[in-house]
Amino acid sequence: MADINEGTLLGNLKVGYHGQIKGFVGQNAAASNMIDQLREMGFSEGLDVSILHQNPFGKDPIAVKVGSMTIALRRREANLIEVMAS
Amino acid sequence: MSEQMSETNAPLIAVVGNPNCGKSALFNALTGLRQKVANYPGATVERRVGKIDNTNLTLIDLPGSYGLEPRSADEEVTCQVIKGKHATEQKPAVILSVVDATNLAQHLRFSLELRSLGLPIVIALNMTDLAAREKIKIDADALSKKLGVPVIETVAVRKKGLDTLVSALTKALDAPAPDQMDIGDSVRQRQKVARKIASDATLSEGIGHKTTRNLDRILLNPIAGPVILFTILFLMFQAVFSWAQAPQDMIEGGIGALQSTLVNTLSDGLLLSFLNDGILSGVGAVIVFLPQILILFLFILVLESTGYMVRAAFIMDRLMASVGLNGRAFIPLLSSFACAVPGIMAARSIANERDRLTTILISPLMTCSARLPVYTVIIAAFIPNNTLTGGIGLQGLVMFALYGIGIIAALIVAAVLKRTVAQGQADTFMLELPKYQAPNVRFVLIGLYERARIFIRRAGTIIFVSTALLWLLAIYPNAPTGSNQPDIAYSFVGIIGGWLEVIFAPIGFNWEISVALVPGMAAREIAIAALGTVYSLSGSEEVIEAGLVSVLNNAWSLPTALSFLAWFIFAPQCLSTIAVTRRETGGWKWPLFMVAYLFALAYAASFITFQVATVLLT
Repeated sequence: MADINEGTLLGNLKVGYHGQIKGFVGQNAAASNMIDQLREMGFSEGLDVSILHQNPFGKDPIAVKVGSMTIALRRREANLIEVMAS
Repeated sequence: MSEQMSETNAPLIAVVGNPNCGKSALFNALTGLRQKVANYPGATVERRVGKIDNTNLTLIDLPGSYGLEPRSADEEVTCQVIKGKHATEQKPAVILSVVDATNLAQHLRFSLELRSLGLPIVIALNMTDLAAREKIKIDADALSKKLGVPVIETVAVRKKGLDTLVSALTKALDAPAPDQMDIGDSVRQRQKVARKIASDATLSEGIGHKTTRNLDRILLNPIAGPVILFTILFLMFQAVFSWAQAPQDMIEGGIGALQSTLVNTLSDGLLLSFLNDGILSGVGAVIVFLPQILILFLFILVLESTGYMVRAAFIMDRLMASVGLNGRAFIPLLSSFACAVPGIMAARSIANERDRLTTILISPLMTCSARLPVYTVIIAAFIPNNTLTGGIGLQGLVMFALYGIGIIAALIVAAVLKRTVAQGQADTFMLELPKYQAPNVRFVLIGLYERARIFIRRAGTIIFVSTALLWLLAIYPNAPTGSNQPDIAYSFVGIIGGWLEVIFAPIGFNWEISVALVPGMAAREIAIAALGTVYSLSGSEEVIEAGLVSVLNNAWSLPTALSFLAWFIFAPQCLSTIAVTRRETGGWKWPLFMVAYLFALAYAASFITFQVATVLLT
């Protein structure tokens, strides 16, 4: 995944970030299974996304607003989501 | 369980939807208390079935799911039932797909997948009141035309739209399945189709839930968030111990009155002894914890119903992750402070098997309310009622330390288990943070009723049988005439206690303690009643407790008392915990492992305590 800029992965961003979901990254079977799970939870290309909160004890997990819902997830999984400026 | 499985020859309607769509609220509103809750055989998933009044419609409330691809044991059941592949459940005649009107675009994808199963389907567009408040406008008729299935607007918590829904469900029984529709063959494609339909039927997008945003700003604030969470937990424990006092006294009084009535009506003999010393004191000792358990669950259910509990899991996830656990384990572990049994059952919500197992195995380390009487008596007898600097009482501090050691031990054990027997891929933590809502009274009351029912049934079965058995072992064989020791010394319990004494001598336990630990198997607090018996005390529980304080003070050395306290932090003996662990893990392997590791820890802790205290204090 050398062509992916680390700074555009949702899990690397700070509270207050606001942007749009560009797509999902991850090749192996476990990652694509997790991506399906992220989609089922409500993540999808083109949706507005912002990081609202993070865990007070270690900045992980984060609470993300996506579309009309708020989802808590760990940064490791959030790094499967690529974002761009909206 | 089998009669509950076969009662439904009436057409079955499966209630399906995403978590947080208000599915269970709708189910409760349609069926009221006319519902039956049981477990699927061999699975740890609850089966909720209920009838709608004045109809022959039977509803089954299936666990919330995000799609037809199961991600946990709960979702597996949902998928099997709606596909007609479940071993004991009949195939549903109609699917009732519940959709949150404030989250239509997201929830509609699952409805599309359900629609393609070839069964008649009715969609309940739920929470339309919240949608109106958020200024979301959805054209339900347009949605219905696009999907080719009935769409009914409902507000489950206010019972709105229910009549229309029931008549749509009745009509659907004879309706054909909807025509096939091309929804694509990947989640991505289905998502696209669903978003298109949703946006076509949505007249106004809305402004979002302001209250939730504002509340989260405070409740998930980096500083205020944890402070509020720990304040709530503190208040909860205060309430569990102070509010429960009055009802507990009443139950104890009632059992005492029953016992004296029996003494007055029955002649002195085996039957009286069996009823009073066996059943009433054994089962009574457990029933007395019902108020504490209900108060704890009142808090838990209210927190769950408002949407706060998942925020608590979010705040706790980091701390839990440091020992390899999941934020979701927070709720079962919290319940375990009342009693490990409901705690172990609550671990069902943890999708990852290894995480669930670890949570189950450490839940007995949360100091359950049954250990309180033991702590109270021993602390009163041996810890001086001094006040330390800062106005902190020494006795209270010792009590606090006993709770604290249990929690620390649980974290260490969890970390060790995750690196050894419960090894596996790290689990994910992914949860929807739903909108805050006023607590749903019906949900809370049904939950409390369920807890009380399960607890009383347990007391009436396993505790009843084991106390009866222990009573038998405690009176046979009879003491020889003219013996100078208490009768129990000559019974099987006394003989077993004699064997145990050999094992327990290095940790400072005398024969009396060893004997008391045997009946303590049924429930930990019975150990106190048993000590009373061994030291030839009799009377009400209060009298025994008061008497014991002075008797023990003379009979035990301080190292023995401290060792006894250390033992009860781990206290491996509790038949109900063992039984529920066997049921929830599906075999004897893990309950035996749990008993073994708790026994080893209890023994080691008591050994160290006794030896160190002996060197330091004598």
